[in-house]
Amino acid sequence: MRLLQVEGLEKRFFIHHLGREIPVFDRLDFTVDEGEFIHVSGVNGAGKSSLLRCLYRSYLATGGHAYYQSWRGSIDLVCAADVDIAILRREEIGFVTQFLNPRPRVSALELVAEPLLNAGSDLEPALERAREMLSAFGLKQDLWGAYPTTFSGGEQQKVNLARALIHPFRLLLLDEPTASLDSAARVSLTARLRELKTQGVAIIGIFHHPQEIQHLIDQEVRLTLPTTENDYVVE
Amino acid sequence: MTAISNHRSYPLDPPRFVDAPPMLRAVGVTKRYRHVNAVESADVEVYPGEVLGIVGESGSGKSTLLRLLNLEEQPEAGEYTLNIPGVTGQNLFALDRFARREVQIQHIGMVYQNPFLGLRMNFTSSGNVAERLLITGERRYETLRTKARTSLLASEFPIDRMDDPPRVLSGGMQQRVQLAKALALQPQLLLLDEPTTGLDVSVQALVLDTLKRLQRERHITIVIVSHDLGVIRTLSDRVIVMRYGRIVEVGLADQILNDPQDAYTQQLVHAKL
Repeated sequence: MRLLQVEGLEKRFFIHHLGREIPVFDRLDFTVDEGEFIHVSGVNGAGKSSLLRCLYRSYLATGGHAYYQSWRGSIDLVCAADVDIAILRREEIGFVTQFLNPRPRVSALELVAEPLLNAGSDLEPALERAREMLSAFGLKQDLWGAYPTTFSGGEQQKVNLARALIHPFRLLLLDEPTASLDSAARVSLTARLRELKTQGVAIIGIFHHPQEIQHLIDQEVRLTLPTTENDYVVE
Repeated sequence: MTAISNHRSYPLDPPRFVDAPPMLRAVGVTKRYRHVNAVESADVEVYPGEVLGIVGESGSGKSTLLRLLNLEEQPEAGEYTLNIPGVTGQNLFALDRFARREVQIQHIGMVYQNPFLGLRMNFTSSGNVAERLLITGERRYETLRTKARTSLLASEFPIDRMDDPPRVLSGGMQQRVQLAKALALQPQLLLLDEPTTGLDVSVQALVLDTLKRLQRERHITIVIVSHDLGVIRTLSDRVIVMRYGRIVEVGLADQILNDPQDAYTQQLVHAKL
């Protein structure tokens, strides 16, 4: 089933104090089906992260459409009401960044369980699932009750991934999730992504080293630096 | 969603997926102090269980707007409704003083930056919380004490100090007493005016965490005013940006912080250390 249809998507930034407009990408078209894995490629500054952020609405796209087929009906992510986007973020669309945003005095376990609690799950099953996730990503058990503010980059990233992938989202946006992970954790990430894909989760991701997930990729969206001939390739 | 988005190149669609009407709705709210327009035609909508942040520099009108929503002041113009059984459909600004006070006590909890505004500093902390219950007619000492205790516990106040007056407590504990008092009657709307400003960063984090937990467990609708964008980022779903009494931008918290559209919001966000 078609989950997302991106049509003529465009992003420009207008920086008021410079009085300048900065183009990021335009005329972007691609579609994503359930269970499909899209790899977004391009050099630094080509707008890969911006594309994901526009779909998640951390950025406002300046043109085009992104029709998403929600359980609740079809909706254009580009101009849907903020409150509708907030619902989709709780229930259907997940975003995984390179960085954990730990809060002081919140344990790793609580941080990981939080998306389930936010979606209405009971405490005990949420904590149980959080333990499974932390264990799958290989975070040492003595750290589960500790505060991730003090963790190393790699440990934080394990918590981050466990948190980001705990809720059964339908569309996952991944922004370089393998950065700062050791190879064991990268293996479990790949395994988890394969599992999600089999379950029908659609994934749009940016990977610094796509070799590891090469076998999962169904489609590549390649962004190029904006030029006058601003073109892009979908393979 | 009200169309305030004058700096977007296109308007957003009206909400389609929300199951309930806004819990709070204020339209065209205007408040003047002499020649100054403290708040100018402000439109605010908050959905049930949502956390709305209001940011802006000193004098932007954000605290005035919050006091208006707490029915502490009367605006020159505007309509204000809460979707709560018993008051639905009534313009709360049009109520007389007594009816306003009634709505305020029963349905709205408020936490001030300055604990002197919200607490009697020489009463016991438990007495401060029980006072809210007394107003509603509860007279039995044991019930008052039990309920005050429950509310203080929910606010994660160190319960062995419940009979100490706020005067001798730390800033963080004073805010917890205010919070317990605000929540004593289980209001559906909680208004927070710079609730963690002036606290140590670590204490601030703990108070924010209590707020987050309470919001999730009780599904309370919250409006929080803060000039601290970190606090706003931690707590809010959506954000309103105010300047010179006007709302200049509304959006999802991360969009306002990462991709501000309005010239002033861009300055505000980039001014953060």
